[in-house]
Amino acid sequence: MNAALVVIALTALMALALGLAARRGLRMSLEQWTVAERAFGGPFVFLLTAGEIYTTFTFLGGSGYAYGKGAPAYYILAYGTLAYILSYWLLPPIWRFAKQERVISQSHFFAKKYDSPWLGVLAALVGVVALVPYLVLQLKGLGIIVSVASYGSISSDLAVWLGAATVTIYVMISGVHGTAWNAVVKDILILAIVVFLGIYLPLHYYGGYAEMFHAIDAAKPGFLAFKPSGESVLWFQSTVALTALGFYMWPHSFGAALTSRHERTFRRNAVILPLYQLILLFVFFCGFAAILKVPGLTGGDIDLSLFKLAIQTFDPWFVGVIGAAGVLTALVPGSMILLSAATLLANDVLRALRPELAEDKVTLTARGLVPVVALVAVYFTLQGGQTIVALLLMGYAFVTQLFPALICSLMARNPMTKQGAAAGIVIGVAAVAYITLTHSSFVSLLPFLPAQANDVNVGFAALALNVLATAAVSLATRRAVAPAASQPG
Amino acid sequence: MTGVRWLALLPVVGILIGVAFVNQVEPLIFGMPLVLAWIVGWVVVGSALMAIVYALDPVNSQPESGHEGGQR
Repeated sequence: MNAALVVIALTALMALALGLAARRGLRMSLEQWTVAERAFGGPFVFLLTAGEIYTTFTFLGGSGYAYGKGAPAYYILAYGTLAYILSYWLLPPIWRFAKQERVISQSHFFAKKYDSPWLGVLAALVGVVALVPYLVLQLKGLGIIVSVASYGSISSDLAVWLGAATVTIYVMISGVHGTAWNAVVKDILILAIVVFLGIYLPLHYYGGYAEMFHAIDAAKPGFLAFKPSGESVLWFQSTVALTALGFYMWPHSFGAALTSRHERTFRRNAVILPLYQLILLFVFFCGFAAILKVPGLTGGDIDLSLFKLAIQTFDPWFVGVIGAAGVLTALVPGSMILLSAATLLANDVLRALRPELAEDKVTLTARGLVPVVALVAVYFTLQGGQTIVALLLMGYAFVTQLFPALICSLMARNPMTKQGAAAGIVIGVAAVAYITLTHSSFVSLLPFLPAQANDVNVGFAALALNVLATAAVSLATRRAVAPAASQPG
Repeated sequence: MTGVRWLALLPVVGILIGVAFVNQVEPLIFGMPLVLAWIVGWVVVGSALMAIVYALDPVNSQPESGHEGGQR
């Protein structure tokens, strides 16, 4: 066992210990377990919200995308800002309704708003489907970190199993409190490391940022700006729009928003959190620095770039520190995702179908489902293949299909019927699944569109179909109800 | 408040539409490719604009209670 692995293992143990310590003295009801009875103040909500953004996705995925794709990585910097601006007006009414009706989850919210348990079940299932690729990418990140840091002595498959076991244990023991405490440690560590690497690597290898970008531009012309087709400006626009709208549609982000004590917290965060995004710049700098120094990684391997460069640059103990930060960026969000998926299945699917089930049975089921969900994610992780960013975009394409139904439900008079909402969600999700699974393009489905339309993000295109279906079915079902009241026979 | 809240649209337009007009590497701004620097600029400006919106929104100057603001 080398120094890097020792540091990483100690960090994982410390994360477990913190999770256990946070639990002491609290009675674990379902509401306590999942949303900490809405008792967290500003700083904790800040960390939970910010903490979720800084996952393996940003750390390894963001640097990997900058390394492998160049300009398309910029989208990661852009969408959060737009999502926070939106949150200023989006989250307070959601929070108010949730508090008033004692809502503890997103699908519970849909069920109440549309007065339809089935719509709640549908939203929960969409959430679970979208969360799986998100959990898979965290485990993939864990696998990369541990196996690369062990200099090959631990296989990435074994590392995935170890990581999944750690997440599972502490979620089962402490619920959201474990996540909050580890989020504190993680955010401090990742901030320090990413800023350090983002400054050190370009200066060390190139002598400065301008020199680095000039060198990349000379070696790979066009790499640092959007291409005319493929991942073009149109791709950027549709991807940013999709992910900004979907940002708070994730069941776990939605759930984290419910943990707040005051609605003003959200408005304050909308001012501060965009600045927090700037850490991403340093992540990009790491990926860009790797382009000319560890060339040749392609496909799913681009996610290794930051770590490969770190190993080439630093002593094992410091590689261990970087790895430890990386492990936390996977464990903290991973636990939140796992918690959300298990709660969704127990509370929003099982209880909605069998309302007579006792509270303690549901809590027990939620805990029991944690390892099951973890195993499913491990299965997909070991199947491998896709880059971290591609996995997250797939999740976003699914989860954003909930946005139209959510935004309409916040209006004073909801123009959508529950049938309309359900039809839109089903069609949107089906379109995403079809296009991703068959690797077909949008233009092959709708040949009258110009070829440029292929650049539009799949999820965004599906969102358009979703809205059309919702409008059509809402009109039809509203008309079917209306005649009884308005038409004279 | 009603007028000020439109400030929040500026970063949306700047990022979603503006990028089409600055999609190039040169000139480097603060050492970064132009299109990247443009996005970074809007992140910072976006935060500043939201600070203005926050300061002028009457909802935020009322005492913090469980149900501030009410229905709007």
